[in-house]
Amino acid sequence: MNEVILCHALVIGLALPLGLYMARSLNDDRKAPLDGLFRPFESMLYRLAGIDAQRTMTWQAYAWAVLKLHLLLVLLAWGVFMAQGLLPLNPDGVAGMPWDTALHTAVSFATNTNQQHYSGQAQLSYLSQTFAIVTLQFVTPATGLAVLLAIARVLLSKASVARFSETAVQPVGVGNYYRDLVRTLLRVMLPVATVVALLLAWQGVPSTYQGAQTLQPLDSAVTESQVIPRGPVASMVAIKQLGTNGGGWYGPNSSVPLENPTPLSNVIESVSLLLFPVALLVAVGVMTGRRRLMTGIGAVMLAFSLASTAAMIVSEKMPNAAFEGLAAAGSPNMEGKEVRFGPEMSALWASWTTQTSNGSVNAMHDSFNPLGGAVTLMDMFVNVTFGGIGVGLIGYLLYLMLAAFVGSLMIGRAPELLGKPLETREIRWISLAILAQPLVILGLTALAVALPGLAGNSNPAFHGLSQVLYEYTSAFANNGSGFEGLGDDTPWWNLTCVIALLVGRFLPMLAPLAVAAWLAGKRTAPAGRGSLDMDSGAFVGLTASVIVIINLLGFLPVLVLGPVAEQLTFGF
Amino acid sequence: MSTSTQTHHSSHRAEGHFQWGQLIRESFLRLGPRSLARNPVMAVVGIGTFVCALYTGLAAARGESIAFALAVTLVLLATVLFANGAEALAESRGKAHAGSLRATRGQLRARKLQRDGSEAMVAADTLRRGDRVRVVAGELIPADGEIVEGAGSINESAVTGESAPVLREAGTDNSGVSAGTKLLSDELVIEVSVDPGESLLDRMIALVEGASRQKTPSELALSVLLATLTLVFLIVVVTLVPMAAFVGIVPSTIMLVALLVCLIPTTIGGLLPAIGIAGMERAMRANLVAKSGKAVEIAGSIDTLLLDKTGTITLGDRHATEFAPCEKVAIGRLRDVAYLCSLDDPTPEGRSIVTLARDQGATSTLDKRAEFIPFSASTRLSGVNLPDGTQLRKGAPNAIATFIQTHGGNVPTTYQRLVERVSREGATPLAVAEGGRLLGVIALSDVIKPGIAERFAQLREMGVKTVMITGDNPITAAAIAAEAGVDDYVAEATPERKLEIIREEQASGRLVAMMGDGTNDAPALAQADLGLAMNSGTQAAREAGNMVDLDSDPGKLLRAVEIGKQLLITRGALTTFSLANDVAKYFVILPALFATSIPALEVLDVLDLHSPESAVLAAVIFNALIIPALIPFALHGVRFKATSATGLLRRNLLVYGLGGLLLPFPAIKLLDVMIAGLF
Repeated sequence: MNEVILCHALVIGLALPLGLYMARSLNDDRKAPLDGLFRPFESMLYRLAGIDAQRTMTWQAYAWAVLKLHLLLVLLAWGVFMAQGLLPLNPDGVAGMPWDTALHTAVSFATNTNQQHYSGQAQLSYLSQTFAIVTLQFVTPATGLAVLLAIARVLLSKASVARFSETAVQPVGVGNYYRDLVRTLLRVMLPVATVVALLLAWQGVPSTYQGAQTLQPLDSAVTESQVIPRGPVASMVAIKQLGTNGGGWYGPNSSVPLENPTPLSNVIESVSLLLFPVALLVAVGVMTGRRRLMTGIGAVMLAFSLASTAAMIVSEKMPNAAFEGLAAAGSPNMEGKEVRFGPEMSALWASWTTQTSNGSVNAMHDSFNPLGGAVTLMDMFVNVTFGGIGVGLIGYLLYLMLAAFVGSLMIGRAPELLGKPLETREIRWISLAILAQPLVILGLTALAVALPGLAGNSNPAFHGLSQVLYEYTSAFANNGSGFEGLGDDTPWWNLTCVIALLVGRFLPMLAPLAVAAWLAGKRTAPAGRGSLDMDSGAFVGLTASVIVIINLLGFLPVLVLGPVAEQLTFGF
Repeated sequence: MSTSTQTHHSSHRAEGHFQWGQLIRESFLRLGPRSLARNPVMAVVGIGTFVCALYTGLAAARGESIAFALAVTLVLLATVLFANGAEALAESRGKAHAGSLRATRGQLRARKLQRDGSEAMVAADTLRRGDRVRVVAGELIPADGEIVEGAGSINESAVTGESAPVLREAGTDNSGVSAGTKLLSDELVIEVSVDPGESLLDRMIALVEGASRQKTPSELALSVLLATLTLVFLIVVVTLVPMAAFVGIVPSTIMLVALLVCLIPTTIGGLLPAIGIAGMERAMRANLVAKSGKAVEIAGSIDTLLLDKTGTITLGDRHATEFAPCEKVAIGRLRDVAYLCSLDDPTPEGRSIVTLARDQGATSTLDKRAEFIPFSASTRLSGVNLPDGTQLRKGAPNAIATFIQTHGGNVPTTYQRLVERVSREGATPLAVAEGGRLLGVIALSDVIKPGIAERFAQLREMGVKTVMITGDNPITAAAIAAEAGVDDYVAEATPERKLEIIREEQASGRLVAMMGDGTNDAPALAQADLGLAMNSGTQAAREAGNMVDLDSDPGKLLRAVEIGKQLLITRGALTTFSLANDVAKYFVILPALFATSIPALEVLDVLDLHSPESAVLAAVIFNALIIPALIPFALHGVRFKATSATGLLRRNLLVYGLGGLLLPFPAIKLLDVMIAGLF
């Protein structure tokens, strides 16, 4: 338990200074820290790519720039994965991927999901890992953050009020995607990832371009030699943890000693899960001047997070019903967990990795008690408990808009958000983003269980349903973890997950951008006694209730049929 | 031309004008597909009812027990009927108001002036915009319009319910007349200002007619949200079928339909049209006619109220409150001269001077030969000429100063200070002279309306800024503004200045409301987000505003804001209530659906209900009954207290959020116990 508390303290202690640094580095002021160091690199990159980084984009242009870059990256990565057998940096001679696995992998990494229907160390070359995968692991969280910057700029920033009310008729500029992306990458992501990579290498995570090592086991009775895959692992694990990515070098992710060797590395990796999502709250609060709003949001997220972690720890300290009659009966559920980490640190990781849409694991979620499994699912349904970098807060804003709609009515004002009228057009897009989640997750789950021949779903009953549900929930939430009992490397799973990945990534990210830009072009009523106070306890409570109710109402029946029925039927 | 006496005074104010039979007939008539399609939530319930009825029929044909299926079918049907009934009820109340007026007007005949100057009798409903009609005393005005010739007193009780006659005159700001009102004196020529079907009355009826009613912007947005939630639950229930099958459960169709109907927001969905219509009807009952539902809704969001001082903040007439003599003048002399000057003065101000002087002991009598000099615009003085030739005068300070000088007198040096002192106290100074001698000043004070300061305090609490507009000088205006407790004031205001203020407020993002009656108010009325025109006002003003006040009461803006807020709060509160209800319903229906096959799920049945059938039936019955139970809230609006936004939010969240979460548990348990013997 001390380690769990230490991790919380470290996250808060590190997120504050990091958030302040991000606020000063990413805002639109002329000067930022370390300009002398970063400016030349930025100018060079802009020149190389032929980008006018000063040009302000409309929301459509911004969204199109995001989609264009991601389409390009998906196509490149897809090609690299299929052709890796013919390409350099392949000391272990890994063959090319089948087209559907390659497509799923490319889309999965381009959506910050890192859902893996393959086993990393065996099916990807060093080129694929370091260039295709790691590039996407940097670009995608930076994109989430960039879109958040754009939304904060026009919707939240107090300074923007004066700026935009005069030019209400013109389309509102939301910023420049390439500038936001490059600055986030160079000034924030790369430096922090470098520090974490060095720490992990120090703890013993491999960091080399040499091929797998062949060793003779100590047990002389074993005749065959052991092949130990390695590579530039530390650098990838750093951004995997920091960038809410989750896709590990090795198939079993951070439960493998090579990816997570020591208790200290486990703490570093755990803290890295939550570091950026929490620091972003500080950064946005400082940049926009809405510290109290961000404090309220942070409080709700923290409450959800603590409730989830507590439930997870309780669940995993309970025995596993399958151990009944065995020697291990009565002890905490250690099935699928590393003895090195124990139930608490495994539970903390599982809780944080599903809250932040990270998806890396240090224990097997499939083997958790059903209650613990239900908690991971609920974390992913909500998906705004800190959430993915940028997109977590964007998702929260979506719920905030809904709460503002209902809250405004309840105080007798036509619906408005921060003084800007919420009208039918905005509500339509917010509704679409809300509707997409049950449509995709429940729709695909129902299809998969209804067509066992197509889906090839091998597992029966409650847990079988949970596995299917987890797979699509993880894809839509851009989490990437899995109930790995599912045999998911088939065209059905690859292609249906691609749909969930794309809809789950871009609709909840870009719909709020559009809404923010429309709102920014409208009049802003000054805040007063008669307007909705979004900092008030009542409104914070309303937003939390909206999040709980929307997710509970949508997903309670399937949770009851899956993990709840399993837990109640089999007990602990 | 109708000469019948008017019989319908304020009978339309009575409530409960519907008949049960008609209400039930209306509820069934609205079951048609076209009628249901207007409301997606109720359309889904309608389809669900149809599916259940089909299953009941099939089960009956197979000779199976149909009691449960039939019961669910009937309860779902009742749900739709209750929603239809709520809408019909709101509509009937609204139409009861407007309908009686329309009936009278239908029989009206008009004396239409032809081009050649002759007159022709025509039916009132053939009159078109621009036609001129002559109306003589004792007749009803045949159409909305503006007086172009003459003046007369009119009984407007048919429209306003107020029976005291009002004066309407051509060429003034009080030239507007409404159809159905009665001319009591004189003779008028009226230019008709609306085409058939566009009168105030027609507008009133259109706002409360369910089928043709235009949804207001926030109602439209809310409908989108409710439709989305309905879709979400449709997805939840449809996908539940293969998922349940996967774990070996085949839930009955009836149960699934029941689950769907319980989850979709039927409560707010069913009451939404009624809430909208009732909001319009509440406005109408306050004699406010909105040109669109949007205007009523905007009223709730108003940030700034521009209020004319006279009539809104102060009573229309000033009253004498003090005699302030110049140096070396006895107060008794000033009092007596003021008294004599005013004895024959018929204006309210003059009468108040007489009253005050009498109260302070004035007893002088006026010689019968004395000559009263009425107020004239050229001299700006009034008074009496005594038989001995002495001229007693009262009037504006400048005018009296001129009068003194022309009579060879001196204006004392302290006079200016005296005038300023009276002004600063919020009064209008009226100077008094006896021949060439300046006696002093009468303080005519504006009388602040009783209770108005509290109203402004409430508005401030609600976050609404009040700005007083007055033609007074800045000193007087400041004093009155302070006494009335408005947030800001504009002195020596002109209509152009009003327009400027509205634009300034709007530029800072505020929604502005104002009231006006004159033609020169028209641009400001059009610019304001809520322009409330007085019905007595000119045609230009009435056309520029987006709401008309039939009472022509300048204080009506405050009421408009309240009605708008109440309309929005009712929608928000019932939406919250409706969604919060779902949590309890899940705890009832999910165990009922699955516990037979998965016994472990029985622990979710926290209410310990009798059987799956009784549980589901209790849930749908609760779901249906909550609609009529909340009709009073929909029709009268939820209780509205003027308080800060945060206070309102906290209260409504507690009552409708927490209440909505908890109420269904005991209610469904009770229903379950009641029907436990049957299923």
